[in-house]
Amino acid sequence: MQNNENSISGVTADQTPEIRNYVFNFGPQHPAAHGVLRLILEVDGETIVRADPHVGLLHRATEKLAENKPFNHTIGYMDRLDYVSMMCNEHGYVLAIEKLLGITPPLRAQYIRVMFDEITRILNHLLWLAAHSLDNGGMAVFLYCFREREDLLDCYEAVSGARMHATYYRPGGVYRDLPDKMPQFKPSKWHNAKEVAKLNDNRQGSLLDFIWDFTERFPGLVDEYESLLTNNRIWKQRTVDIGIISPERAIALGFTGPMLRGSGVAWDLRKKQPYEVYDKMDFDIPVGTNGDCYDRYLVRVNEMRQSNRIIRQCVEWLRKNPGPVMIDDYKIAPPPREEMKISMEALIHHFKNMTEGYNVPEGEAYAAVEHPKGEFGVYLVSDGANKPYRLKVRAAGFPHLAGLNELIRGHMIADVVAVLSSLDIVFGEIDR
Amino acid sequence: MTDVNVLCTQIHSRFSAWIENATVAFGQLTVEVKPEHLLDICRILRDDADFEFKLLVDVCGVDYLHYGLDDWQTEKTTATGFGRGVTRDLMRESAAKPCRFAVVYHLLSLTKNHRVRLRVYIPDEKELMVDSVMDIWPSANWYEREVFDLFGILFRGHPDLRRIMTDYGFVGHPFRKDFPLIGKVEARYDAKLKRVVYEPVSIDARVLEPKVIRHDNRYLNEQGESSHAK
Repeated sequence: MQNNENSISGVTADQTPEIRNYVFNFGPQHPAAHGVLRLILEVDGETIVRADPHVGLLHRATEKLAENKPFNHTIGYMDRLDYVSMMCNEHGYVLAIEKLLGITPPLRAQYIRVMFDEITRILNHLLWLAAHSLDNGGMAVFLYCFREREDLLDCYEAVSGARMHATYYRPGGVYRDLPDKMPQFKPSKWHNAKEVAKLNDNRQGSLLDFIWDFTERFPGLVDEYESLLTNNRIWKQRTVDIGIISPERAIALGFTGPMLRGSGVAWDLRKKQPYEVYDKMDFDIPVGTNGDCYDRYLVRVNEMRQSNRIIRQCVEWLRKNPGPVMIDDYKIAPPPREEMKISMEALIHHFKNMTEGYNVPEGEAYAAVEHPKGEFGVYLVSDGANKPYRLKVRAAGFPHLAGLNELIRGHMIADVVAVLSSLDIVFGEIDR
Repeated sequence: MTDVNVLCTQIHSRFSAWIENATVAFGQLTVEVKPEHLLDICRILRDDADFEFKLLVDVCGVDYLHYGLDDWQTEKTTATGFGRGVTRDLMRESAAKPCRFAVVYHLLSLTKNHRVRLRVYIPDEKELMVDSVMDIWPSANWYEREVFDLFGILFRGHPDLRRIMTDYGFVGHPFRKDFPLIGKVEARYDAKLKRVVYEPVSIDARVLEPKVIRHDNRYLNEQGESSHAK
């Protein structure tokens, strides 16, 4: 009888059974991997013992490409780094060039940049909230968030012509001023005239009117998301006390942005090292207390409300103060088209600017912006040429993902997804 | 926020034996550290009450092989006529910098609200190695792996120096200046072998926009030198 039992389990009485941890792949093709992340997980039963993220599957050598192109040609590549917060990436790059050139954009351009930075922050946090709730089992919030993203992407489109990869910020200002008319929908076989009239209801005025209307509605919409999540029992079970990181450890691991603020460190470059006109803006820095997924969720939701406040202040200022949005230096910014028709010099400037670009004085500079995900920095080395000698992008998500192993060790397999999406990672930026 | 010039003098007086120089340019402080003293200086910068650089923002490799060399000899070609005049020699060497490779660290203090940039030149090109700062800032782990992957610089004491960005089985260090932009191999699916094969690239490298260095008099001082660099 005893013999029979042993033969079933394959182990004899004097042998201790060999127990090995199970190692398996998560991704690179997994909807909750937020892109192309290959995560090698070692589990002991249901508990994570080790997580080894393999990145680089989206490595496009943006920095190397930039070394082979005139400065302005790379602005478009910046959009494609973190492709859910496009204009903030451009901002970091443009600031680094401006620092080396020693130029400051006109005040109106600075306000436009701040406004679009905050629109971008809302865009990013909405996508993050959508994905985070979906990963934790909530479908409705995903749909609501995308409804609002649609309006903000329309703002992108109205100002730059592109819904995502805008290439709108340029060294010395922004590409063009805000449009006086918000583009409207036209009747089609999917939408009749009555439906279209309803869609166009808040698009009768300028872009600023449309944004103002959005900011009027938006806090109520954030309340809606919060009513679905913040006190939801299942949501709290999935996020509270999951992926806790202490403030000291977060700093040691190089965390910035909401990942750091979620642990209670009130560090925000917009307040501490203000760039553009952030020092004139009235807003608060939300911070968490526990440093868990739930606190990071609260921080980001609150940041959307703060961004809404900043946008309203910018809209008010921009309505009252017309003016130039680009510096008046044809060595750096191309001359207006009208002038090119009558001025030979303007034509030459335009030709040189479009072919060769401008030369940036020798030196090195690091410019950082408070990107929705953390500190986005651009380290630029110039040897005096029309191309960057070396460009290094300090991606906000890179150290966050590097800290993943520490965040999820000891948690269950199901928590991997919750922690991973609370990092707010995008592989365009991490892999570069 | 500590004034960057004050910080510069502090670093000068405290570490004069350990550093090559400390300069302020574009409102930012750059300290060139002697490689043998990197860990000493980093530890003090992190722990000393005057500095408190608790956060390592970034580690970045730089290859100065082509520093200050342009593709297009503008002055010469315009005298004899117009031509693209693009040189494509990837192995030409610049003498502008003391060493070919350097590693650059960006540090940030959240309490003092100041930043510093450290640069370490690697003197021996045969043995590209610097000390790993992972024991001081754990966040250096992936940054140093990235520098190793892209530049081939080794970090003494790093426990897990694997490639991070490039493909499994990749050969070479792609961000070196002598590594061509189009790469060295291309992949395709071979129907006969029923697998992906790697072959040498079949296209020619092109320079679309030549690199041009013009000495713009707006950025020169009276001596004819670049005003920001000094």
